[in-house]
Amino acid sequence: MRDDEAWERLHLERTWGPKKGLIGWLSEVHHTAIAKRYIITAFVFFLLGGVEALLMRWQLSGPEKQVMGPDLYNQVFTMHGSTMMFLFAVPMMEGVGLYLVPLMIGTRNAAFPRLNAFGYWTYLIGGVLLYAGFLLNVGPDAGWFSYVPLAGPQYSPGKRVDIWAQMITFTELAGLAGAVNLIVTVFKHRAPGMSLNRMPLFVWAMLVKSFMVVFAMPAVMVASTCLAMDRLIGTHFFNPAEGGDALLWQHLFWFFGHPEVYIIFIPALGMLSSILAVFTRRQVFGYLPVVLSMVSIGFIGFGLWVHHMFATGLPQLGQSFFTAASLMVALPSGVQIFCWLATLWGGRLWMRLPLYWVLAFFAVFVTGGLTGVMLGTYSVDQQVHDTHFVVAHFHYVLIGGAVFPLFGGLYYWFPKMTGRMLGERLGKWNFWTFFIGFNLTFFPLHFLGMMGMPRRVYTYGVDRGWQPLNLLATAGAVIMAVSITLLLVNIFWSLKRGEVAGDDPWGADTLEWSTTSPPPSYNFLHLPTVRGRYARWTAAEDQPVVTGVRSDRKEVLVTRLLDAAPDHRAELPGPTLWPLWVALATGVFFIMCIFTPWGVVVGGVLLFITLTGWFWPRPPYKEELAPEQPS
Amino acid sequence: MKPRILLGTLVLLTACEREQRRFQELPAAARPAARDVQVSELQPGPVAAPPSEPAPATRAASEDNAYDVSEGKRLYVWFNCAGCHAAGGGGGMGPPLLDAKWRYGSEPENIYATIVEGRPNGMPSFRGKIPDTQVWQLVAYVRSMSGLLKKDVAPGRSDTLNTRPSESSKARETPRPEEVEQPR
Amino acid sequence: MRRLLPLLLACTGCGGLRMLDARGPHVARLRSLWDLLFLISAVVLAGVVLMMLGALLRRRGGSRAQVPEVEAHSVPPGGEGARPVDPARERRMGSAVGTAAVLTVVLLFVITVANASTGAALARLRSPDALEIQVVGHQWWWEFRVQDADPSRNLVTANELHVPVGRPVVLKLNSRDVIHSFWVPELTNKRDLIPGQQNTLELQADRPGVFKGQCYEFCGLQHAKMGFVIVAEAPEQFEAWRNQQLQPAPQPTDPVAQRGQQVFLQGPCALCHAISGTDAAASTGPNLTHVASRSTLAAGTLPFDRGHLAGWILNSQSLKPGNNMPALTLPPDDLQALLVYLESLK
Repeated sequence: MRDDEAWERLHLERTWGPKKGLIGWLSEVHHTAIAKRYIITAFVFFLLGGVEALLMRWQLSGPEKQVMGPDLYNQVFTMHGSTMMFLFAVPMMEGVGLYLVPLMIGTRNAAFPRLNAFGYWTYLIGGVLLYAGFLLNVGPDAGWFSYVPLAGPQYSPGKRVDIWAQMITFTELAGLAGAVNLIVTVFKHRAPGMSLNRMPLFVWAMLVKSFMVVFAMPAVMVASTCLAMDRLIGTHFFNPAEGGDALLWQHLFWFFGHPEVYIIFIPALGMLSSILAVFTRRQVFGYLPVVLSMVSIGFIGFGLWVHHMFATGLPQLGQSFFTAASLMVALPSGVQIFCWLATLWGGRLWMRLPLYWVLAFFAVFVTGGLTGVMLGTYSVDQQVHDTHFVVAHFHYVLIGGAVFPLFGGLYYWFPKMTGRMLGERLGKWNFWTFFIGFNLTFFPLHFLGMMGMPRRVYTYGVDRGWQPLNLLATAGAVIMAVSITLLLVNIFWSLKRGEVAGDDPWGADTLEWSTTSPPPSYNFLHLPTVRGRYARWTAAEDQPVVTGVRSDRKEVLVTRLLDAAPDHRAELPGPTLWPLWVALATGVFFIMCIFTPWGVVVGGVLLFITLTGWFWPRPPYKEELAPEQPS
Repeated sequence: MKPRILLGTLVLLTACEREQRRFQELPAAARPAARDVQVSELQPGPVAAPPSEPAPATRAASEDNAYDVSEGKRLYVWFNCAGCHAAGGGGGMGPPLLDAKWRYGSEPENIYATIVEGRPNGMPSFRGKIPDTQVWQLVAYVRSMSGLLKKDVAPGRSDTLNTRPSESSKARETPRPEEVEQPR
Repeated sequence: MRRLLPLLLACTGCGGLRMLDARGPHVARLRSLWDLLFLISAVVLAGVVLMMLGALLRRRGGSRAQVPEVEAHSVPPGGEGARPVDPARERRMGSAVGTAAVLTVVLLFVITVANASTGAALARLRSPDALEIQVVGHQWWWEFRVQDADPSRNLVTANELHVPVGRPVVLKLNSRDVIHSFWVPELTNKRDLIPGQQNTLELQADRPGVFKGQCYEFCGLQHAKMGFVIVAEAPEQFEAWRNQQLQPAPQPTDPVAQRGQQVFLQGPCALCHAISGTDAAASTGPNLTHVASRSTLAAGTLPFDRGHLAGWILNSQSLKPGNNMPALTLPPDDLQALLVYLESLK
């Protein structure tokens, strides 16, 4: 029996394992490997964005400071926003989803492994492009929102905004690739028995997020392409004098931009639900309301983009509607919060590090949510719009709503990804310094906004009386920087010397904990089956496993959408360099388009060649050929 | 290896240079072109001799710097160059600027002299009115109108009614001299 | 908190939460909506945090070494180590969550209605005999045009606007280049200035005072230094200001000022700036007809005095890098004469 198992493992490892060497590394398509690259790359961008934030806080720590001039400051704040939104938050959530979803639903790889690799490479090219531009003094300087006409050809000469626009196209393409992949993986590759109503909440969150990506990202890709065309070949999408409209940009951008917030925030809710169940040692209260809340946030999230534009002078009736929609989204968010609070009350709190971050989430996120209600009502929004009050609000929502759960998730899943626990003591220091530093940085900004301090200013006058609170905020930012340094130290220390975790250090409910830490290249020795919502807590002692899936080919089980009944077996493609070539061809296409319209031709030809290579049919297996041979 | 590093640095520097926003010039460059007593706004002479002073260093940079060229485009309207030469440089009371014909030479120094000294038949002298830096920005923009600058430096379309394609999509005109009718 | 409070007090002393310091009917109305929202928010936040802390203190379990057991619904026989949840408690929690959701709906409804009625109340403050002022945004300064039924009494000024106390003012907002945004925290709410579109905004000051405003929509290099000043004053003082601003600039009599005028008209200044009563009529820079009557320079950035004026003319690019005023090097005598002339433009 043991020998059988060892032989099976060897077989699976040979089938699913990575190729060796640099080529092997570049042609990797397994979801855990790709997802790890996503996570690490996104974390590096997070650190870069943090350095930019520190630079800004340094500049603003006193009136008329000369750390940077306006030109550099504008680049830095644009880079900070673009980095955190496009290069950190979305790809990070995508990465965590791509890592965990196939494990949580009990399959061997994501549904489209090559698309996965392609998505990562395009994301990487987009990020490198942005930072290469920044280092060469071609960093975008029109804000992460790039409002026209400021970002248009007349007021942003040079190639700075073009680099921004193409970076958007890259990262959104990557986002779409990941989203399509997640949707199909979730719908078709769940373990037998994991019907939709037994899916872990994290998987639900990723599903909702992926659908939002599919509907939101095209809007901004269209917008950024229109902007690039206005700038390169002189179209007039955003030129009012020629029948275009400056506000059209804002509509397109926020039609993406507001759902973007939920795209970042909903996966974090999934992480939060996972952590909450494990550390209250009970099921999450109200599975159905929580799922329905996430789904309805996904819908309502598309109906409130105008609350970013209340100051543009829209008709009052329209504003009232969008105010109502903006407040409506507080209801599902509230229901979720109440369900989680009930879970906390009904459970027995096991005070480990992941739970710390989740508890902090409640205080921080709810603060941000309430200022969000204020900003959603147009009367108040027309006062505090574009002041530091808004800066405070969205940092409370995004750091509170996404980064706190993400760090909780990091402490929670780090053992699964690396096989070692993160250090507890440094972890506590990390948590408390971050929590204190965060509030010290962002709470004063509420007051600064009410005192009239605008956003995106590189300096302010001595006579404005804004210095003390700004200095306080800068001090908080330094504490946050110390906290992140502690986290880095903890990660590197724990990778080498952390306590060995074992398969399941938390007594957790989801399937990723039933395989080894870190998971093998084939994820599970035997594909699992499920008979309840909390797969591992409800598993029978003799819970059956899936058999009959070939281990000498990359075969996985495809199940039906609703009830996850086994449907058929499918073979997934293996490692290949083609996604990298296609991504590079896409890179040539987009980057060349910054400089000349000929990029479309050159890139198109390259894409045609590389895509042909990608889709070239696999030669049939010998045994499949055999019957056709005349004997 | 060395040439490659050198080349890399060069590319890097050109990019920095190309996008640099220079706000503060050396005092010499900021000085308005010499302020002699002027008897008339109009200056005689068909083709001006190249200026006797060596051209300030700002000129070459302006030609490669998208920001400087776009500043030139702004000043072209602000200083009402458009009043005679038309908004896109198509010409009106003054000669067109987007064609191949140059009465007084197409080199930056010639155009600089044209702006600073003025020319017969109506081109006034802007000596002492426009600071040197801005003259060079105007020079760069004027050259971009007939496609003499690189495409990635020349300005894109304006946020106004555009009567003709933008400077960045203008095909390069090969400059040739044009005979000037001498005033009798 | 102990460190925060004195700081806060210090700030209130030197700047204050200007948004709450209503000096006109519009902001007073907005203030009451703000108070309601603030109250609701504080109560909800306190509730959530108390619930969380309550749960935290209530039941804990599990040590680092030992993984605690699990409660889960409908655990099938043979489930590992899980015991079923208490259905009575789940029901109680269900009704608590339901109540909280209903309360949320009620609160949101209250907020929606309060917001809409605030909007309607602000709309009712509109008045047909309001003083109309056109506001044109430029990178990076403000042009104000006080309109009158008699077009010959339309006046143009920049960066400093006087308004009469007690009379509604309607601002017609437009932009010459990119999007800007107009806000004076004590007097009004915020509205964007968008090229190709005219927006309106009402304000009214109830008491005399000097208020600082600035641009709130990112508009490029000098977004930070695109300020303006609003001087609210008694109607008769306002009329005096208006009549005085309508006058052409006084002709200089003293020879130094006369020379300064020549420097202005023949030098670079007149290419962008206008002074009525002279040949200088360009409109791309701020109108300087009565520049010496304003309290600030460079769009609310510097105080108006001879030193700053000289600094601004000689080296505007180090005071406000990237702005559209070129740095000029004038011979000392010319500069001196120009300063004298500009200071005479009361």
